[in-house]
Order: sequence, then C-alpha cells, then structure tokens
Amino acid sequence: IIRLSSLPNPGLDDRIPSHQELERMEKEEAGDRPKWDNKTQYMLTCVGFCVGLGNVWRFPYLCQSHGGGAFMIPFLILLVLEGIPLLHLEFAIGQRLRSGSVGVWTAINPYLTGVGIASLLVSFLVGMYYNTIIAWVMWYFFNSFQNPLPWSQCPVNANLTDLVSECARSSPVDYFWYRDTLNTSTSIGDSGGLQWWMVLCLLCAWLLLYVCCLRGIETTGKAVYVTSTLPYVVLTIFLIRGLTLKGSLDGIKFLFTPDLNELMNPSTWLDAGAQVFYSFSLAFGGLISFSSYNSVHNNCEQDAVIISIINGFTSVYAATVIYSIIGFRATERFDDCLEGNILALLNAFSLAEGNITEGNYAESLQNLNGTFPETIQSLDLKTCDLQTFLSQGVEGTGLAFIVFTEAITKMPVSPLWSILFFIMLFCLGLSTMFGSIEGTVVPLQDLNIFPKRWPKEAITGIVCLVSFIIALIFAQSSGNYWLALFDSFAGSIPLLVIAFCEMIAVVYIYGIDRFNKDIEFMIGHKPNLFWQVTWRFVSPLIVLVIFVFYFVTKVSSNVTYIAWNPSSEDFPTLEVLEYPAWIYVIIFILAGVPSLVVPGTAMFKLIRRCCSQFHLNSVNPVNLRMENNSISGHLNLPN
Amino acid sequence: MRCLRMLVRILVLLYLAGAPALAQTLCQPNASNGYRVRISIKTALGNQAYEWNENEMFLFRATMAFAMRRYYKTETYNVDNIIVCNQTRRVSFWFVVISPENPTMLIPKADVEKAVSMSRHRINNAFLLTDRTLEFLGIYPTLAEPVNPDTPPWLIVFGVVIGAVFAGIIALLVSSLLQKRRKEKGMMEDGQDEEDRQMKGVENGINLDGIYNRGFTDDDRFTKL
Repeated sequence: IIRLSSLPNPGLDDRIPSHQELERMEKEEAGDRPKWDNKTQYMLTCVGFCVGLGNVWRFPYLCQSHGGGAFMIPFLILLVLEGIPLLHLEFAIGQRLRSGSVGVWTAINPYLTGVGIASLLVSFLVGMYYNTIIAWVMWYFFNSFQNPLPWSQCPVNANLTDLVSECARSSPVDYFWYRDTLNTSTSIGDSGGLQWWMVLCLLCAWLLLYVCCLRGIETTGKAVYVTSTLPYVVLTIFLIRGLTLKGSLDGIKFLFTPDLNELMNPSTWLDAGAQVFYSFSLAFGGLISFSSYNSVHNNCEQDAVIISIINGFTSVYAATVIYSIIGFRATERFDDCLEGNILALLNAFSLAEGNITEGNYAESLQNLNGTFPETIQSLDLKTCDLQTFLSQGVEGTGLAFIVFTEAITKMPVSPLWSILFFIMLFCLGLSTMFGSIEGTVVPLQDLNIFPKRWPKEAITGIVCLVSFIIALIFAQSSGNYWLALFDSFAGSIPLLVIAFCEMIAVVYIYGIDRFNKDIEFMIGHKPNLFWQVTWRFVSPLIVLVIFVFYFVTKVSSNVTYIAWNPSSEDFPTLEVLEYPAWIYVIIFILAGVPSLVVPGTAMFKLIRRCCSQFHLNSVNPVNLRMENNSISGHLNLPN
Repeated sequence: MRCLRMLVRILVLLYLAGAPALAQTLCQPNASNGYRVRISIKTALGNQAYEWNENEMFLFRATMAFAMRRYYKTETYNVDNIIVCNQTRRVSFWFVVISPENPTMLIPKADVEKAVSMSRHRINNAFLLTDRTLEFLGIYPTLAEPVNPDTPPWLIVFGVVIGAVFAGIIALLVSSLLQKRRKEKGMMEDGQDEEDRQMKGVENGINLDGIYNRGFTDDDRFTKL
C-alpha cells in the first residue's frame, strides 16, 4: 500500500486540545459544554437521528424494485464498507475535538471552515422541508380522530346528485391528499396562495420542535425516550395486526423474493449506496455535535457498529411491516376487481349468484367467451392480477399518505390504526429533526453569528422562526412541488460533497496516524486494518462514485416533475411537466451554494490572508509572525 | 232478456279470465313504463342468505303497493296492482304498476320512480338489503347528506396539542430564566466570599489559600482576528 503522508498542516497542535488537556477536562468536568445524562440518551438520540422516514418509505420501495431479497446483498455490503466507517469517523472526530461541525473542521484547518458551513446550510435547508412533511403527518393525525375517516369516502357534490367528479375519477385517498390536504395547483409556477390549515399545522410542527429543542440536549435528551422507542412499538403492533390480515404473507413473499439478476444492474448498487449514505444522516454535522458531548473515553467504535446494526435492522423490519400491509391492500384490490368482473358476468348472463366464484372464474370466463364472445367483449372486463397490484410500488409521501391510508380504511377500527401510524411517522420525523436543529444551531454559535451572551433558547427560537417563515413556501398550493424540488437537490449532492471532504480532511489533512493515536487514546486500542482500509480508500471511493453518478444523471437528464392535474388527459395518472427556466436558479441555490461554499470559504480566507499579509509586510515585517499565529485559528479551549 | 243476461255473464267471465292475460301482456321486458329489479341476496347476506321464492315475491309486490300508497297518499293500491314478469335465476325480474281504477292503464315511469325513491329505505329494509344489492335499474339512489359538524374535529385536536405546546414552552422558558437568576445570585455571593478571602490573604502578606488568581488568564495567547 502506498504510504500517503498527510498534507502539511501547520499549527494544528495549537488549535486542538492535547490528550493531557482532554484528561484534565474529563477529571475536572470543567467548562460549560453540555453533557449527556447517560449513555442511553446518547444512543437513543443517534438512533433517532439515523432512523427516519426514509427507513419506512424509501428502503421498502428500493428493496421491492431491485429484486427483493437480493437487494439485501448490496445493501449489507455497502453498509459495512461505507456506512459504518463514515459513522465511526464522525463519532471519533467529534468526541476527540469536542466541538460541532464548524468547530471541528476549523480546528483541523481554518481553510476547511467551508465544510462546516456547508453542513450548516444543508441541515438548515433539509430541516425546513423535513418539518413540512411532519406538518402533513400532523394534519393526518388530527384528522384521524373521527369515524369514518375523511379519506374513506368521496364527498358529495353541491346538489347531492353525485360524488365530486375529481374524487370519483381518482379515489377518496387521492382526493383527500391532493385536494383536502394540499389543495394542489397544477404546476409549480402557479402558487395558489397560502392554505390556512397547512399554515396552522406548520406552526404546530415548528412550535413542537422548538419546545423539544429549547435547551439543546437537555430537552431533546428527555424527548428521545419517547420519540426513538415509540416507532418500534408501533411497528410491532402493525406487524402483529398485519400478519392476521388476508394477503399479508403474499406481500412479504413479494418483498423478499430474490431476483439475483438485479445484482448485475449497476443502478441497484448505486441505489443501495445512496440509501446507506442518506439513511445514516451523515454529513449533516449533527452526529459530530452529539458525539462531542460524550466523555472522552467513550467507546465510539462500538457505538458506530451498534447504531449501524440497529439502522439496518430497522430498515428491514419496517420493510416487512409495510409490505405485509401492502400485501393486504393488494389482495383487497384484487378481490374487488374479481368481484366486479364476476358481478358483470352474472348480470349480463342472468346467472344465479354463486354460479361463478373466484375458484372457477377463469374456467367460466373461457366457456362464456367461447359461446358469447361479443357479449364478453362489450362488458370490458378488467384484468385482475395480484402481482400487478403488489408491484404498484410507491415510495415517499405517496406510500404514507395514499397507499397506507387506503389500507388502513379497510381494516376494522380504522381510526385507531390511523392514529398509531401517524404517531409513528411523527416520532420518526421529529427525532431526525433534533439532529437537524443541532446541526444548524451549534455551527451558528461556533461562527459567532449571534452575540455570545444570547442564550441558546433565543438562537434556537430564531432558527425555528426563520425556518418557519421560509417554509411557508411549502404551505402554498404548489408547496408539494417545491418540497419535491428541495428533496431532490438540497438533500443529495451537497451531502456527498461534504462527506467526501470530511474523509479527505480527517485522513489526509488531520493525518490518519494522528487520528489512529487519538482513537487509541480514547478507546484503548488502535483501529484495526478494516478501518484503515475503508477510511483511506474504500469509503471515499464509494462516495466519489455515487457523487459522479448522481451529478451526471441530474445534469444530463431533463429535469421534470409530476403534477396533479384534474383536467389532464391521463388523469388520475400524474402529469409529467418540465420545470420553468427560473427554477434552475433555485436549483443552483439549493445544490450549488452549499457545495461551492467549501472551496469558496477556503479561497476567501486565502485572499484575506494574502491581502493582510501584503498589507502588513509593507508596514511592519515583525507583525508577520503574530499574524501567522492568529490566522491559524482562534479556538479557545474548552469551548 | 235471458239471452242478454247470459251474454253479460259470458262477457264478465271472459273479462275476468282475460284480465290476467291482459295484465301479463302489459308487463314485458323493456316495457316503456316498467322497471327491472336485480336482487343480490348472497352478496348482501352471505351465510344468512334466504332463498328467493314465491313468498318473497309476494312480499315484494306488497312492499311496492305500500310504496305507491305512500306516494299517492291513498289506500286504493293492492298487491294485484303490481305485475311481475320475466323472473330469472339471477334473481332479476321486470315489474309494472297498473292503476287500481283502470286495470289497463299503467302508472307512468316517473311516478313509479318517485314512489320508489321516497320509500327506498323501507323497501331495502323489508328484504335486509341495501341500495347496491336491491337494484332498481334506472333509479339512482339519492346520496346521503353529508354530516357537517360545527367545528371540524381536526381543529379540536389541533387546539389541544397547540395548547399543550405553548404551556410547555412557557414553562421551560420561565424555568430557564429562574435558573439563570439563581446562578447569577449564587455567583455574586461566591464572588463576595472570594473577595473577602483574597483580602484576608493579602492582609497577611502571603496568599494563604493558593486560590488561582483570576487576574492572569491564558486568553491572550490566542488573539482573535
């Protein structure tokens, strides 16, 4: 193996606490840095941050669309080669340098402050749209306290003659989602004004987040006892309920049936890599921050492995539960379809009820087709295929708010299941938001944007307020399209850039040797060969490959989005529209600015240094040395 | 005279014999004033389905007569006024309603429709069926009026949650404030104690307690840019 020595990094020792200072801080418990009450809080917070909505509504879809059980293979391989090393890296560096993301990267090298600022921006942008999804979840939760559920039947039109046309042509769940909840417009350009009920739900979501994050980990540490554990309880309840429903085992079988041919498809591996990466909430800065509140000798290696295993297990578990319910829904749809066809046949040929059943349907149809082909033709029977219904794989908001809600309406005591389901989604989302807020507030404090004497409550309040105001974009009629835009661009490319820079920074700029010694100091033994290989080569390579793939795909393809348009031809199929030209500016702000901040800050600091050096050179050559020291960093300890 | 009476009797007999036949000709599939009825008992009742026989048909005719009586608010309609034909195994059949005053006259379709719509609920219940399983082809069931509560239920839940959240925020902020004030008071008192102690030390000429003198700190090593 080529021994790549780290890049020159003068003044590093002045910027970071030495091992002796760390020991002293540990003994004296000096400094007013917040601490975890106990290890459980820390683990639950990290698990909550990592386990989010993506585990429930992205992973099952990927699993099913990439060959079922076979998808586990690339997923698990990349979990081990990419997820665990990156997680360990973030935990270790946070615990060692005892600071949030901006503090850590500035300490490693002042030119790397941009990485921290990029994390800040990404946490801020992602937090904004993620909390809007929570607002939607809350809206559904509020509406679950009635029987029958509002999305179980179509509303009647004004003169009570028929069901509302938009609903009759699509379905009650579609109508409730697109019309009653979002009141969606037909394109992203058509803003349609603020929807007051959405604004209220958004306000509720941000206030609730504020009350939980008010005092940083003091309050979130208590909240995670509920938000991180409740989803598992609800998932188990749903599993038990699901397994007793007809057709659930078909769904689970469909999910896990392996199709090994998919392993030859490169996009399977790329999707697995991306899913592992986003699922771990890496590069947000939140994990570094959480880890920095630990005691110095906390075993971060063990934590990383445990949390990765929990995350992987949760993905598989959630997929099982979701697909048991989807299997049930598909079977219901299949039964309805078949029943409709049988009824049509019985009516057309005036046969007694019970003459044609599910069992002899195919046979009877063949007989009748033989004798009366024209009548059969005129009936326009639908083809009912269980596999088609099962593979109507939906992901994202479509899964939660359309497919799953429909399945819930078919269960007895629907309001109860609805309430449980949306509480689970709420907890999953909220615990991820804790990490997001942490990744926004702590860098702001480190950058001294606000005066130091302002209490944390005030800064958190300002962040929540500003986020709420900007997030009002998502409460418009076109809000859904804006959210999809944010999701595609703010939460994808910048994170890959940041993660890549993080690894290069730690391994080559901080120095892998120094890092190994640090870990030995913290947990008692040097990281073994697996960590060395993955940190130095494997993980950065994987992240780079995924980044290149994403970048090329996004840039080369026509950027389109899907819209709900009742007057379109293919209604209720969603219409594919192209983004208007001015959206590209927004896309650049979302994806380009955080990514460019990394080199941008470095250049800015370089220019500033050169300018002032030049200036001082001409005035007083003695000042040069002092300038060098002070430019290197200003991180006091402890911070 | 006798011949006349016999003629009248023969005519009456013929009429009575022919009336049902006449009535039967009035009831035909696709008759202009008739409706087709389709009944799906097994779909509605599953295991508890009853068999459709002559007695059930009698009940149907009686129910229809009831519906006509209700609509016209008269007591002249009878079971004989409802004529049924073309029964299939499905179970489906056609029926027409003849006027009680004039057996050759059929009640127009529109009136029959209104009568059925008015008593639909009663007709369904007589057979333990629903609008979907006891179909009158051509008569659409009127949709139930939507129940509109004064306050939408979601607002109530929203109010409860937001009230709890506000209470939580205020409680936490107030407790934060109190904590801070207590700390400041505590520090001021500590500061007083230390000042006294330091004074004592200085008075004796030597720093007895060895308290770290905060006058000199390490802060100046790193100057901020």
